[in-house]
Amino acid sequence: MAAGSTIDALGQFELHPVLGGLGEALRFSQSPLMMIVASVAVLAFLYVGMRPKAVVPGRLQAAAEICYDFIHNMAVDTIGPEGRAFFPFVFTLFFFILAGNYLGLLPFSFAFTSHVAVTVALALMVFVLSVIVSLKVQGAKFFAHFMPAGAPMALAPLLVPIEILSFLSRPVSLSIRLFANMVAGHVMLEMFAAFTIMLAGLGLIGDALAVGPVVINVALMALELLVGALQAYVFAILTCIYLREAVAH
Amino acid sequence: MGKETDSSRHAFDKRLKQAMDRNNPNRPAEAGSQGNDMTTVGTVLRAGTEMVAGLVVGVAMGWGLDRWLGCRPVFLILFSLLGGAAGVLNVWRLVRP
Repeated sequence: MAAGSTIDALGQFELHPVLGGLGEALRFSQSPLMMIVASVAVLAFLYVGMRPKAVVPGRLQAAAEICYDFIHNMAVDTIGPEGRAFFPFVFTLFFFILAGNYLGLLPFSFAFTSHVAVTVALALMVFVLSVIVSLKVQGAKFFAHFMPAGAPMALAPLLVPIEILSFLSRPVSLSIRLFANMVAGHVMLEMFAAFTIMLAGLGLIGDALAVGPVVINVALMALELLVGALQAYVFAILTCIYLREAVAH
Repeated sequence: MGKETDSSRHAFDKRLKQAMDRNNPNRPAEAGSQGNDMTTVGTVLRAGTEMVAGLVVGVAMGWGLDRWLGCRPVFLILFSLLGGAAGVLNVWRLVRP
């Protein structure tokens, strides 16, 4: 929050123990609390949505079915027929990140996807899974991918390290992208909110000018809704692309 | 006046569409434009981080190897260059037709 004339844009990402003494004892901060809230929200949405089991779905059931179809199509179209095996993983990943991004936009809430520890953990999970699947499906042939087909053997000392680095940069780019987008969005919202408070302290002219940052914040909120969905989508589609390369023979 | 231009533009759109269909009957008519938009914006957002990520991994690896083997600038220089190349390779993979 803005105290006086300084803007503390990064204070919102600090972790504090929540839930009183119990949270203090367990070192339980907002981040895991919001993860649990996000998981419960997604599960409740699916459970309540699918409970009627109607042939002609109601609104909530239709929404739940669209979500299922959307990820199912993404997984099967991208990965191929084997994608059905990874559908639950991609579904969980997508809706966990989406719920985290969107819940983080609520007042007094916390976006756990804005912490690099969380996004690195998610990205490493995807990376390790894709490596395990590659090794299982392709065996030793997996390592042949690090030498581009058709390249002259003399260039191997140069090309192989570049390919390995490119491969290792996958989890880095996955995690940095999600974390950086969320941090940037929340910092911008905080900055413009602080401008409003600072301008409002200037008297009558300030009151009139303070409307500007509020208008910008409304627009930023729309942008954040787009970014939140887009980042979850990009994370999920990249997971599918990496898994497609893993299952390809 | 305004109405007339509007209707003539409408007629032009119709003829344009007919001509395009004639030239390429297999063209999917506006299908999946939503998904394509999403993918396009996603690609744009990806390109920057892909490039930086290659460099980050290269620098981190070079720095780590130098620390481990104690020959300070050698691996850092080498792996920074390789990491930059890997970043460019990532972007090339992304935009390759």
